[in-house]
Amino acid sequence: MAVIDSPRIVTARAGYEDSFTLARYLETGGYEGLRKALTMFPEDVAKQVDDASLLGRGGAGFPAGRKWSMLRKAPVSYLVVNGDESEPATFKDHFLVERDPHQLIEGIIISAYALQVSQAFLYLRGEFALGLERVQQAMNEAYEYGALGSKIFGSDFSLDLVVHPGAGAYICGEETALIEGLEGKRGFPRIKPPFFPAVSGLYGEPTVVNNVETMSNVPWIVLNGGAAFAALGGGRSTGTRLFALAGRVKNPGIYEIEMVKNTFRDLIYDPALGGGITNDRKIKAFIPGGVSAPWFGPDLLDLPMGQDEVAEKGSMLGSGSVVVFDETSCVVRAAWRITKFFSRESCGQCTPCREGSGWIERAMYRLEHGGGRMEDLELLLDLCDNIAPGLTWPPQQTTICVLGSSIPSSVHSAISMFRDEFAVHVANQGCPFD
Amino acid sequence: MSHLRIDLRQRAEELVSLYPRPRSAMLPLLHLVQEQDGYLSEAGIAEVAELTLTTPADVRGTASFYDMYFLEPVGKYVVAVCTNVACLLAGGLELLEHASTTLGCSVGSTSDDGLFTLEESECLADCDIAPCVQVNHRYVRTTTAETFDALVGELREGKREHEIPSHGTLIRVRRSGGLRAPKSEIATERSGAKAARDKRAEEQA
Repeated sequence: MAVIDSPRIVTARAGYEDSFTLARYLETGGYEGLRKALTMFPEDVAKQVDDASLLGRGGAGFPAGRKWSMLRKAPVSYLVVNGDESEPATFKDHFLVERDPHQLIEGIIISAYALQVSQAFLYLRGEFALGLERVQQAMNEAYEYGALGSKIFGSDFSLDLVVHPGAGAYICGEETALIEGLEGKRGFPRIKPPFFPAVSGLYGEPTVVNNVETMSNVPWIVLNGGAAFAALGGGRSTGTRLFALAGRVKNPGIYEIEMVKNTFRDLIYDPALGGGITNDRKIKAFIPGGVSAPWFGPDLLDLPMGQDEVAEKGSMLGSGSVVVFDETSCVVRAAWRITKFFSRESCGQCTPCREGSGWIERAMYRLEHGGGRMEDLELLLDLCDNIAPGLTWPPQQTTICVLGSSIPSSVHSAISMFRDEFAVHVANQGCPFD
Repeated sequence: MSHLRIDLRQRAEELVSLYPRPRSAMLPLLHLVQEQDGYLSEAGIAEVAELTLTTPADVRGTASFYDMYFLEPVGKYVVAVCTNVACLLAGGLELLEHASTTLGCSVGSTSDDGLFTLEESECLADCDIAPCVQVNHRYVRTTTAETFDALVGELREGKREHEIPSHGTLIRVRRSGGLRAPKSEIATERSGAKAARDKRAEEQA
């Protein structure tokens, strides 16, 4: 049975039509977290987030508190918030930005106070026209209300926030590429080391980069205490998390559920959540955490949805997006389309990624559309191996950033799980699902 | 003589002042050029170079990296149909093909009347209402051929202009004022906070 009675931490206002307005926000406890934070010492605010053991919600799952404490040894110059959500099938930040911009802004202000920075940037995906307008409107209201700008709520803390529209580049979701975009350059990821943002980030200065959902959790944590957050979930995966469910399910959507307490079966089949497979068909496979993650078969439906639980089985919870394939979905087509995406979005700096993605895409194209050969499968695995040697998980990296090592996931999964379907494609010289 | 209209020029200068370094305003400034011209015109690029203290080659080199900037004129409405994995499972490729027929232009090109440009898009982060379609980056949520055609009819008749401005206009809400926290005030605050923190740390130790 799915556990769905946990507190709504980031979607508390989702039911209101006017959830994005200051009036509604204040009526529902808005900016109380900030008022409380301002009465605390900054390091105590940071400690609450550390106690919460809030894992970053962007994809890598690095503990936010540790990111902050690593930095407190050297003064931080900038807080940058990553709202460049582009991982295919991920749409949680889109939801948070449009529906509850004040919660995000409050989280940013509290985090800036904890880090003692006076300039923050919110990098939002350019395609979020409505989200950009809602955030700008909310920021204007926050300035007017005294929650942003000089001497916030009469305290000795000042902060300016600037919303920075992106311009269409998946790679800018990678934190160092995002910083390049914020510096007005092409989104080329920087090599780490030495360019860990904590050490050398925006303009070469120490910078904290956090995801939109991570920030949106902060007001609740400060109001209710880190321990209350850590009491939810289990193991290293504390609190609740937004899962974006898409693909062949009856009720695709955003669901905030407690970490670990639910399994993938709960999310996909519970009537209060996914509601089962479209037309009550059978499930064929699912992607547990964005298209960069290796796929799972139906045998892993009962796996608890936690960071380490999923990692142990050779994939990742990543950006929290779950894509469901049913028995009528063509996995060859899906893997081809995912590779086409990586090929299009590779920034081109590193050869294995730039050349490998295009090569894999072309081989996958001919398997799906006719012209494929069985030898292509070995060729594909060899290409994948050249990008991520050994095809292990977590993958070996041959490139500056992890876009490269994400390319093999779907193709490798499809070939190892559904070799027989590839054989049918070859025998058929095209897609049998057409 | 500025190529940008006087109001856009004013907004451009405000944008530059929001960042510690002028080049950081590059992406928002390019959006402003598109708001005026619908694409990145030669003169617009030159003006962004002037505002960001770079060269037109720098600006072009940056702009061409990003999908949302067009280096040549496009239709009044840029229609983006997503075919990435979640939309693929919901018939995104079929909807894209249908859109091409309805709009009378192939993917990546502009209709003869200059009204529509059709694009095959990557994930637009609205996967629960799939296949996802955006017009000028506004979600229109037409997931079937019929609703798509109805939308196109309305766009042709100019019925959606209040909600979907011409291509290039991205953020219609203006920032109210520039930076509010004076640098001198911040410096005093930060040094005060640091001294207080060091004192607390000393007391604890």
